Amino acid sequence: MTATKEHVTIKGNKDGLVFLFNDHCEFPDLLSELQYKLEKSHQQILSGPTIDVHIKLGERELDVQQEEEIKKLVGHHGNLLIQSIESTPKEQIEKNIHQDLKIMNGIVRSGQSIHEDAPILFMGDVNPGGMISSNGDIYVMGALRGLAHAGKNGNKDAIIAASYMRPTQLRIANIVSRSPDESANEGAYMEFAYLDEDHMQVGKISELHKVRPVALQF
Amino acid sequence: MGEAIVVTSGKGGVGKTTSSANIGTALAILGKKVCLVDTDIGLRNLDVVMGLENRIIYDLVDVIEENCRLAQALVKDKRFEELYFLPAAQTKDKDAVQPEDIKKIIESLKPDFDYIIIDCPAGIEGGFRNAVAGADRAIVVSTPEISSVRDADRVIGLLEGANIKNPKLIINRVRPNMMKSGDMMDIDEVCAILAIDLLGVVPDDQQVIKSGNIGEPTVMNPTSNAAVAYRNIARRILGDSVPLMNLDGKKGVFNKLKKIMGIG
Ligand SMILES: Nc1ncnc2c1ncn2[C@@H]1O[C@H](COP(=O)(O)OP(=O)(O)O)[C@@H](O)[C@H]1O
Ligand SMILES: [Mg+2]
Repeated sequence: MTATKEHVTIKGNKDGLVFLFNDHCEFPDLLSELQYKLEKSHQQILSGPTIDVHIKLGERELDVQQEEEIKKLVGHHGNLLIQSIESTPKEQIEKNIHQDLKIMNGIVRSGQSIHEDAPILFMGDVNPGGMISSNGDIYVMGALRGLAHAGKNGNKDAIIAASYMRPTQLRIANIVSRSPDESANEGAYMEFAYLDEDHMQVGKISELHKVRPVALQF
Repeated sequence: MGEAIVVTSGKGGVGKTTSSANIGTALAILGKKVCLVDTDIGLRNLDVVMGLENRIIYDLVDVIEENCRLAQALVKDKRFEELYFLPAAQTKDKDAVQPEDIKKIIESLKPDFDYIIIDCPAGIEGGFRNAVAGADRAIVVSTPEISSVRDADRVIGLLEGANIKNPKLIINRVRPNMMKSGDMMDIDEVCAILAIDLLGVVPDDQQVIKSGNIGEPTVMNPTSNAAVAYRNIARRILGDSVPLMNLDGKKGVFNKLKKIMGIG
């Protein structure tokens, strides 16, 4: 047992328990610490009514045998129900964390669309009927009158910011928000849209730092 | 060597044919040698607006199918010596025409004319591709309506793709009082979205409909507001800088416009 860094962290959330596995240690060390926690240190909270367990492996990939060993160990405790065992593929982590800002200019006209995996700084207008999308953030230095889709691969932390915001529709991850049906909608200057508990919100760019303390997440 | 200008819009009924006829005639008034080409196969009506329907013997498809020579198909205008017209086919299958065919025809017209004005059909499919195939430049016509502006925007994107740079905008059927009351998109709004140079603003004018019926382009009628607008547009095409006219009799309605540029 190393005292300095834990290989297994157990956390509770509203769905049950989350087991976070260190993805840099040797598998046998991981297994023995898991066993230790299940049988000794965390014994009290792990007995009682049925609890769902979600195992997060980080970048580690398990072979079938290793997965069986974990299942056996956890399944030993009748009240623990494994719901998921997930690893985050390495490239996806890199995509989300180490991406350059893609700077582009022009006009996205009706019927045209641009997509970048990277966050986009677009210097120009996105017109009605045009679409701009990114797996990360979208910043439009110009008028956003068309459709913008940020966090297209599911990143709910992505935001959409525009100098002039009058979109026909905004999407962040899988959440869609359309413009109000009243044609009187005048649009607004210097705004950004973000998700708060799966609800699309808009704020003044001057307030962005409150929602997103670290400016760019890449 | 002449210049070929396609008049296009995406949406139908916004004034492509009206603009083609009036710009062509206005350029002829200004002493230029002009050929109007109708590429709206099956729905031709430039001939009607020009009052030349009864003089048509051959058409564009006849030239392509080599039933006649190009010169035989050209109809000479009844008012101007140096204004000619190449009609579209009314009855033939429009699949008979390919972009290369039009391109070839326009190329062979260029040495003999100062301007070739190509009237484009509505839509963005084959007919549009035919019409733009031989063009050096483009004029995009839009009315101040959201659907028309949307289609114009689409077309501007397609023109870029067809390598026709810097298209110019005509805003047609403008009603100043409706703009003032906010019931119609105003000029600035249209220009802000389309972001191309404004070539001219043509008022909604009953004279246009009247003259369409008698087969005489509005520019021939000096009392028509639209006529003045089209004459100004023609002068801008020739490179003159002509300020936008006041459409409601008051001064400075369109003062906010920064870019008024001609083709040429
Ligand atoms: N400035 C105008 N004022 C009044 N009527 C107009 C004006 N421009 C066009 N029109 C009318 O609108 C109709 C459609 O115009 P047309 O030039 O045939 O459009 P398109 O070629 O784009 O289909 C015609 O009946 C024409 O007379
Ligand atoms: Mg027409």
